[in-house]
Amino acid sequence: MRKNLNVIAAYSIMMVLILMVGIFQSWNIALSIFNLCLISAVMTMGANIQWGYAGLINFGIMGYTALGGLAAVLISVDPVQEAWRAGGFDILMSLWLIVVMVLVIRFILKRFKKSKIRTYSIVAIIISGILLIRFSAEPGIEAIEAVDPAKTGFLGGFGLPIIFSWIVGALFAGGLAFIVGKVALGLRADYLAIATLLISEIVIAIIKHEDWLTRGVKNVIGLKRPAPYEVDLQTTDWFIKLVEKFNSGKLSVIENLADRQAALNQLVIEGSSVFVKLCYSGLFLVVVIILLILTQKALYSPWGRMMRAIRDNEEAANAMGKNVVKQHLLIFILGSAIVGIAGAMLVTQDGLFTPGSYRPMRYTFLIWVMVIVGGSGNNFGAILGGFVVWFLWIEAAPISLFLINFFTAGIPETNALKAHLIESVPYFRFLLMGLGLLFIMRYRPKGILPEKIEIK
Amino acid sequence: MDFVNAIILLLNYIFIPALTYGSQLALGAIFVTLIYGILRFANFATGDMMSFGTMATILFTWYFQSLGVSLGVLPTALLAIPFGIIFMILYMLLIDKFVFKYYRHQKSPPVQFAMVSIGVMFVTQAVVRIIIGPGDRRFFDGEKFIIKAREFKEMTGLNEGLALKSTQVLTIFVTIVLVSLLFWFLNRTKTGKSMKAYSDNEDLALLSGIDPKKIVLVTWVIAGILATIGGALYGLDKSFKPFTYFNNMLPIFAAAIVGGIGNPFGAFLGGYVIAFSEILLTYAYKKFFMYVLPESMEPNSLVQLLSTDYKFAVSFSILVIVLIYRPSGIFKGKVL
Repeated sequence: MRKNLNVIAAYSIMMVLILMVGIFQSWNIALSIFNLCLISAVMTMGANIQWGYAGLINFGIMGYTALGGLAAVLISVDPVQEAWRAGGFDILMSLWLIVVMVLVIRFILKRFKKSKIRTYSIVAIIISGILLIRFSAEPGIEAIEAVDPAKTGFLGGFGLPIIFSWIVGALFAGGLAFIVGKVALGLRADYLAIATLLISEIVIAIIKHEDWLTRGVKNVIGLKRPAPYEVDLQTTDWFIKLVEKFNSGKLSVIENLADRQAALNQLVIEGSSVFVKLCYSGLFLVVVIILLILTQKALYSPWGRMMRAIRDNEEAANAMGKNVVKQHLLIFILGSAIVGIAGAMLVTQDGLFTPGSYRPMRYTFLIWVMVIVGGSGNNFGAILGGFVVWFLWIEAAPISLFLINFFTAGIPETNALKAHLIESVPYFRFLLMGLGLLFIMRYRPKGILPEKIEIK
Repeated sequence: MDFVNAIILLLNYIFIPALTYGSQLALGAIFVTLIYGILRFANFATGDMMSFGTMATILFTWYFQSLGVSLGVLPTALLAIPFGIIFMILYMLLIDKFVFKYYRHQKSPPVQFAMVSIGVMFVTQAVVRIIIGPGDRRFFDGEKFIIKAREFKEMTGLNEGLALKSTQVLTIFVTIVLVSLLFWFLNRTKTGKSMKAYSDNEDLALLSGIDPKKIVLVTWVIAGILATIGGALYGLDKSFKPFTYFNNMLPIFAAAIVGGIGNPFGAFLGGYVIAFSEILLTYAYKKFFMYVLPESMEPNSLVQLLSTDYKFAVSFSILVIVLIYRPSGIFKGKVL
């Protein structure tokens, strides 16, 4: 108990902060912050596995998040029959061509010795393959995108419950991580960072512009939900009764029956969105707890010890017979898969998929700030980092508005400088994040909750 | 005649834009490479530092414009650039003193430097947005075109016009002058040579009496000059928007690494490699083939290898391929 005191203290402070938002702003805001904190926590856990356990730097978090989101779309949207009829065959043909191409290249790589001829022939196969695929897919893609472009214009998905996408998102992200890891893991740390950053940009470019698959920048809206809809709740009896019960004190003060009914209606509308958010919180909390248990178990298992050994001294671990390359690849895949889950969760919560909104600032660098601030190598630290940084990211604007007003209280409202500062309040969050990161790196380089390894 | 038309077409849509864009990238890439070679870290704040320098230039441009000072046909920004550079250098030295110096003395691993530079990136981004806002800013004035497409057509009687913007000529000209000066400095002067020595082998350089403080100072000064001029030229040619500058960091990194990081000349060429491949691969050649080929063989598709949406993806793919097959870059930089 005592040795975990700082963990408990840190988490209680965080919870009190969120509760304060609930009391002073509104429960709706508090819950949406809490939900996004949970999603951020999942992302940080993924990044923490890679960075904290194995020392691998992955600046491609954005790409895996987006792939998770794509999984949510592909799983939950109903298939667009018309589009399948129009161009499904061409697309399948192209997919088949890609598979054949990969198999042929693998065959050549295995069968022939490394030589210039082999390299050139592989390059030739790739180039001609890409041209062939472009050629064969083009009519199909055009046909698909022509099917009711205002509403669909893409193939749709499988029409399954969106919850499944959390697993599929992990698979997608893991698959991408396998390819990226095979290609880039041999690089030195800062080059790995740049390479992963650029690869994630390529992924986003593909998701943005392949309209037949993702609808691109036209966005996919109205995804299915694992939680009830607000509109349904507002007409359900048991829910109205529940709200009445919760607010009986407040309602009984109102004498007039019509007024009381109006107040109740208002409360039901507010309550319904809070209830939906609570449902999400529950789901997300389950994911976070499962992941936390798994990662903690892994951290203290022989495998976790091996990972730390590899991180701290690669050569020694190698000399002891550990396969460093394989373990790096494994952990790269695992961490990315967790980020993929978070991506799917994010889209599930929002109910929409907007490829244009994936920006490295928000989805890569902010997550890294969370990992560093929270404490790399410590799962509780990573989760706390997700909470603290997301909370500040959202609340930075109100806080800085308050501070600006406080410090410029003597200056009249019409002052140009004051007006300009108030106008640029949203950008103070960048300042806060940057300064936070710099201070933590300088004065507490291991994060708020540093890694603590006890030998059991 | 058709052949001349085809050449003009390529000049107008590929060669001149790529040369301009490549020059802008090259300046940024040399900045990245210098920081990497001498201070030994990948600076993720590159794009935002460039936007800071450009912002300072814009503010001075506005000030001069309000005073009624102008250079006639040339943009007023040229007058403002030296002041922008001074501000940029001061900002960089400030950051170095408060942030990077500590880690340099600690001899931190490059990853930690990269993380710290992300902190700097956040702060710089905030500073730029708070001061000038996130919107699009144009600060170009003076004569826009040197040759207008229509005039060119009338002059030569060709079907294809050749438009030459003054910013394009300016960019290429300034880049050539600046880069020649820089190479002269690095290869011919004592300070430049000691910078090279420091980059090659720090301990040996220190043993032979090179003052590291001076090296770091000179590096930041050169970096400030490059960042401000590169950023201002890009802003003059297109427009200034903080987010675009942040995004430009990625092709700049690609250019620096493709050219072999730590090697300024490689970075210079790398900028053009990236720019030309981006534009060559995404240009629709239909019109070109219409001029060159006989009528019976005219293509009916656009003859575009990749859609323009994948412009960035092209440069990143080149980078990834280079990283895998020739990690020291095309022109032999530091081995990774």
